[in-house]
Amino acid sequence: MKANLVLIGNGMAGVRALEELLKLEPEKYNITVFGEEPYGNYNRIMLSPVLANEKTIEQIMLNDEQWYIDNGITLHKGKKVTEINRIKREVVADDGTTEPYDKLLVATGSTSFMLPLPGADKEGVIGFRDIADVDTMIDIASKHKKAVVIGGGLLGLEAANGLMKQGMDVTVVHLLDRLMERQLDGPAAAMLKTSLEASGMKFLMSHATDEINGDDRVTGLTFKNGDYIATDLVVMAVGIKPNFNLAQESGLHCERGIVVSDTMQTFDPNIYSVGECVQHRGTTYGLVAPLFEQAKVAANHLAEFGIARYEGTVTSTMLKVTGIDLFSAGDFIGDDTTEELVFQDVASGSYKKIVLKDNILIGAVLYGDTIDGTWYFQMMKDGTNVADFRSTLLFGQAHLGDSGHGEETRIANMPLTAEICGCNGICKGDILDAINDKKLFTLDDVRAHTKASASCGSCTGLVESILAHTVGGDYSEAPSKKPLCGCTEHSHDEIRAGIDANALKTMQAVRDQFNWKTPDGCPACRTSLNYYLLCSWPGEYKDDAQSRFINERAHANIQKDGSFSVIPRMFGGICTADELRAIADAADKYDVRQITLTGGQRIALFGLDKAQLPEIWEDLNTAGMVSGHAYGKALRTVKTCVGSDWCRFGTQDSTGLGIKLEELTWGSWMPHKYKIAASGCPRNCAEATIKDFGVVCVDSGYELHVGGNGGIKVRVTDFLAKVKTEEEVLEYCGAFSQMYREDAHYLERTAPWVERVGLSSIKAAIVEDEANRKVLHERFLHGQSFSQDDPWKQHADGKDANEFKSIKITTA
Amino acid sequence: MSKWIEIAPLSDIPVLGSRVVKTDSFSIAVFRGTDDSVFAIKDACPHKDGPLSQGIMHGTTVTCPLHNWKINLANGEALGADEGCTNVFETKVENAIVYLKNPQ
Ligand code: SRM
Ligand SMILES: Cc1cc2nc3c(=O)[nH]c(=O)nc-3n(C[C@H](O)[C@H](O)[C@H](O)COP(=O)(O)OP(=O)(O)OC[C@H]3O[C@@H](n4cnc5c(N)ncnc54)[C@H](O)[C@@H]3O)c2cc1C
Ligand code: SF4
Ligand code: FES
Repeated sequence: MKANLVLIGNGMAGVRALEELLKLEPEKYNITVFGEEPYGNYNRIMLSPVLANEKTIEQIMLNDEQWYIDNGITLHKGKKVTEINRIKREVVADDGTTEPYDKLLVATGSTSFMLPLPGADKEGVIGFRDIADVDTMIDIASKHKKAVVIGGGLLGLEAANGLMKQGMDVTVVHLLDRLMERQLDGPAAAMLKTSLEASGMKFLMSHATDEINGDDRVTGLTFKNGDYIATDLVVMAVGIKPNFNLAQESGLHCERGIVVSDTMQTFDPNIYSVGECVQHRGTTYGLVAPLFEQAKVAANHLAEFGIARYEGTVTSTMLKVTGIDLFSAGDFIGDDTTEELVFQDVASGSYKKIVLKDNILIGAVLYGDTIDGTWYFQMMKDGTNVADFRSTLLFGQAHLGDSGHGEETRIANMPLTAEICGCNGICKGDILDAINDKKLFTLDDVRAHTKASASCGSCTGLVESILAHTVGGDYSEAPSKKPLCGCTEHSHDEIRAGIDANALKTMQAVRDQFNWKTPDGCPACRTSLNYYLLCSWPGEYKDDAQSRFINERAHANIQKDGSFSVIPRMFGGICTADELRAIADAADKYDVRQITLTGGQRIALFGLDKAQLPEIWEDLNTAGMVSGHAYGKALRTVKTCVGSDWCRFGTQDSTGLGIKLEELTWGSWMPHKYKIAASGCPRNCAEATIKDFGVVCVDSGYELHVGGNGGIKVRVTDFLAKVKTEEEVLEYCGAFSQMYREDAHYLERTAPWVERVGLSSIKAAIVEDEANRKVLHERFLHGQSFSQDDPWKQHADGKDANEFKSIKITTA
Repeated sequence: MSKWIEIAPLSDIPVLGSRVVKTDSFSIAVFRGTDDSVFAIKDACPHKDGPLSQGIMHGTTVTCPLHNWKINLANGEALGADEGCTNVFETKVENAIVYLKNPQ
């Protein structure tokens, strides 16, 4: 028989936990939900836009009553649970309804904190928490004129903005001289106040309320300094109070909230708790992102998977007032041990402040131009060392280049028709519609429903900002630890470390060790694991063709019509007349539909049928050519210029060096594509400073540059070292390539990898530690001894012949 | 009238991989799961006709090689937020030989 699960609190965290549970174990429990409010489950965050007339209640419903029916959940709406009987294991509601439980989930949220002022119980004095409060405000606005909001924080300003939109004359009363002091520093708060004043909002700063005046209804407020203001409505937005009375009365351990462990379990093992009512590691939360993470962990344990842990969340905030761009995260005030980077442009209304501690970002405040909020936030969560690009940090990620949407930065002011995703032609309006209509919360949801940011990913920052703007806070489900994919809870790093530490040599062994949720993984983890195993156990691990994307499985790039392209390697960009003749002959023989000179300094043949591949490869092999790996997460090209052999400026033999570099590195599988170039002088005709590994020859030797790429976000390389001989260039190249192979996450190119781990750590391992450099280079060579076996030849010789042959049948 | 057509020995199809079967007018992708179950689906993705035979199979799903739609091999329907459907065909395995029901 199914066990009974009862949820108290039909709010955002509790129902999210049920959704997560239904994904994992839909049949495990008979589920019953008690909700004090008389509705299905709605998006509380959206009460601000509802109040501001930008949305309707119907639009903010997340799960209507049909959802509960469809999922076999009993919903007791409008019923407040008044007792948890832990001995009998049952809960009792105010109308006497009693339900037994095996497992109980308490998600009672919080309530508005009401200042204990004389007169606080008068009619017209309310908080801002639920639909009933919004109804009251709209009702009063239709009959009265003046409103006061006590509290100049996030909630207070959103309430004040909404009431203004309802036509009221609104004054915000704030105890301090700075708005949103928990999210903003002085300058940003001042800019915010100026623009809100321009929209008609009034402020009484540094005012402490003494008494609420009136008979039954509120008529005014008196302040401690003797001032008085007349009003018809008082909204208290001074904070929230975790709602844990019920839990406490039933004997559960509570402090400032219901105390839970990292598994979201209370002191009673049958009772879990999530949401604003919870105190975890001494912290209570008031934003949705951490609560959703908690929900996921609780669901994992209710499903008895027993592997997830909640370890706390760094949160960020956005103010949901249309027309205002504001972002804040972490510790943005700082102290003696921290440093600040500040940028302010009063004329254009933008302000940025970043707080660093030992070169790690610990806080950020952005006003006006918030597009980089998500980038800073990600670095905060990753603990990225920014020492190497501090000087450009404030200019944001866009200074690195951002192909496809130029200078577009201010989300709030973008027209609905602004194209956000250049790959799929998705405009801001399309994304907003999808978020609203389909009730999306996460980047993944938006990707799935609109395809925005689902292709090349260069617009991810923009999409995240739109999302944050529309739903507030940080919804990119970016927990402190990012799982490799949906099949596991473990991160890339944990899995790689596990492969080495436990000598895991097959994909199945990895899946067993790390409790995979799917029997044979998904495309994301299979391709990653195949690479990790290949990298850790060269010569031992047997490559799994079915865990490779088609291009790598067929050693050719698939085209939109299902045909393939063939690009032979041209070492260092050099070729002979015989090779060109052989390519031309092959083009004729196989009826190639187009011959192209590629951006990578070689020749591509387009439009081949899959069945022709082994044959054309055989011909190219015979002429001495091998696969160019144009299809692989592997070494692609080594671009060169003509160098000292011909060029009047050439300082070294860059062509010869390029050929040696390509002979060293070809065939090697990498976390992502990997490109090298060697230029003969600083004029840099081979564009070595936007390659993964670049060499710029100078009179006195060779400058080595790493971590560059063209592509989606152009990134210029960082200077690694200067060396004197070609032998050193080759050794550094092998060592750097190997360090990247062993350390980067699958599909992380050198540019983001270098930014994540910091150039200093790479220098320490390769430049400053000669012994380590030699060891890394040796390991690279060892791996190469197994991978420089031309895959085209293997297939031309008959390997996996079935892959290329189809079966013909007649159906007549 | 239904007629079973012999396709190939099961061992000719790689586990979690596929073979392409060409009829006079169109192609069919025949997949083999980890449990040796066999699926046959029209080799044209409901999105933009991508060759599903070239995708990665996982569980009873194939991910299209062109733009990563996920297609349920059992009924041809797109999974997740995508909408679309392609034809599937009946298969059977007897004495380690794969048969396809006359796809007409
Ligand atoms: C053929 C070629 C275009 C051409 O006609 O010249 C090409 C074609 C493709 N590029 Fe490229 N890229 C080609 C040179 C480049 C270059 C230029 C270069 O190498 O100097 C760049 C920018 C430099 C760089 O990579 O840093 C380039 C940046 C990209 C990117 C963005 C990479 C990034 O890190 O941002 C992608 C997308 C990806 O890899 O995820 C991409 C992906 C692709 C794919 C594989 C798209 C795909 O997934 O199907 C295209 C495959 C077509 C095919 O079937 O061959 N291609 N691609 C070039 C092949 C060069 C070669 O000989 O191997
Ligand atoms: C106006 C407004 C704007 C906000 N904006 C943002 C934002 O931009 N970004 C952000 O991240 N967060 C925002 N928040 C905060 C966010 O809404 C909360 O963090 C979130 O709703 C908390 O979820 P919860 O499930 O813990 O509590 P709730 O959603 O409050 O759910 C608790 C539910 O339990 C019910 N309940 C309580 N006791 C009982 C009982 N004994 N029996 C039965 N039912 C009971 C309550 O009635 C309530 O429905 C905003 C909140 C408000 C009010
Ligand atoms: S070849 Fe490169 S730039 Fe051109 S369309 Fe394809 S991916 Fe885009
Ligand atoms: S053609 Fe299959 S996903 Fe586009």
